[in-house]
Amino acid sequence: MSGGGFFEALARAKRGGDCGALTEAIPYARFLGVRAERIAGELLCRLAYAPDLVGNTALPALHGGVLGALLESAAVVHLLWEVDSLVLPKTITITVDYLRSAGPVDTFARGRVTRLGRRIATVQTEAWQDDRQKPVATAVAHLLLTPVEGAAAGGGGRGP
Amino acid sequence: MAEAPAVGVPVDVRLFEMGFVQHVPHNRALGLRFLACEAGGEVVVELPYRPELVGNPDTGVIHGGAITALLDATCGAAVFVKMSVFAPIATLDLRIDYLKPSPAGSPVRAKAHCYRLTRHVAFARAVAYGDDEADPIASAAATFMLFTKGRSGVVPNERGGP
Repeated sequence: MSGGGFFEALARAKRGGDCGALTEAIPYARFLGVRAERIAGELLCRLAYAPDLVGNTALPALHGGVLGALLESAAVVHLLWEVDSLVLPKTITITVDYLRSAGPVDTFARGRVTRLGRRIATVQTEAWQDDRQKPVATAVAHLLLTPVEGAAAGGGGRGP
Repeated sequence: MAEAPAVGVPVDVRLFEMGFVQHVPHNRALGLRFLACEAGGEVVVELPYRPELVGNPDTGVIHGGAITALLDATCGAAVFVKMSVFAPIATLDLRIDYLKPSPAGSPVRAKAHCYRLTRHVAFARAVAYGDDEADPIASAAATFMLFTKGRSGVVPNERGGP
């Protein structure tokens, strides 16, 4: 990325209230087809269905790793969005429970920050398709929060 | 829980290797390569480094989600190898500990082992690593439901359990 780099892109997205720019700045989110969207006043991550996301062609069902990746992305996105100061969340652990097979349609994910400490945050995420009452997978993630200010002071906005 | 009837090495690892990529679209999309199936049933799979898998463009480190998909796929492959038959399986749960960042610009490998196989459930462990298997990037534990294709006919009981 030319110019200000990753953190600046994130800071710009937050300042402008443009949640879609958050996921746009993350190459893997673009690869997967995950985009942060504000739907009915709520920040959601939408995973657009694509045939490349399938793990089981007989059903067909989305790859378990894809759902794990969506839930992890949702945890990071919600943390980036909800924490006032700009932090770089790094996943320490994530535990994914697969509840139903996910069909060949768009999948939505939402994160809820259940604990926000100085160094560690805990985020619960869930993913669903047609019926929000029937989640296809849920996850709990613990993330390490690295302040960006310190990193920027240390050397030109590079990541730690 | 009773032991599954078929336990052992796969009938044909080469056939399995082809199926692992050709019949699983997302494995193909990630560019996963099935490297080895060791005598003990350990399966080694490689995720090639590609710029579109990066999480933070400033550091070039691969996104955790891609590592998650690699570990899930490799654990699943280890279960298939242990089952020694082709049958649909589904991940029940997957826990990943991220131990250190993946090396920018380098492929990541995962080695998985199915350490217990029962009639309905398989248990697997895996590590993801760069150059050195002894210094892993991530470790994972996963459980899989076996023979998931179609409906089992089991109706939830009054407590809502399976």
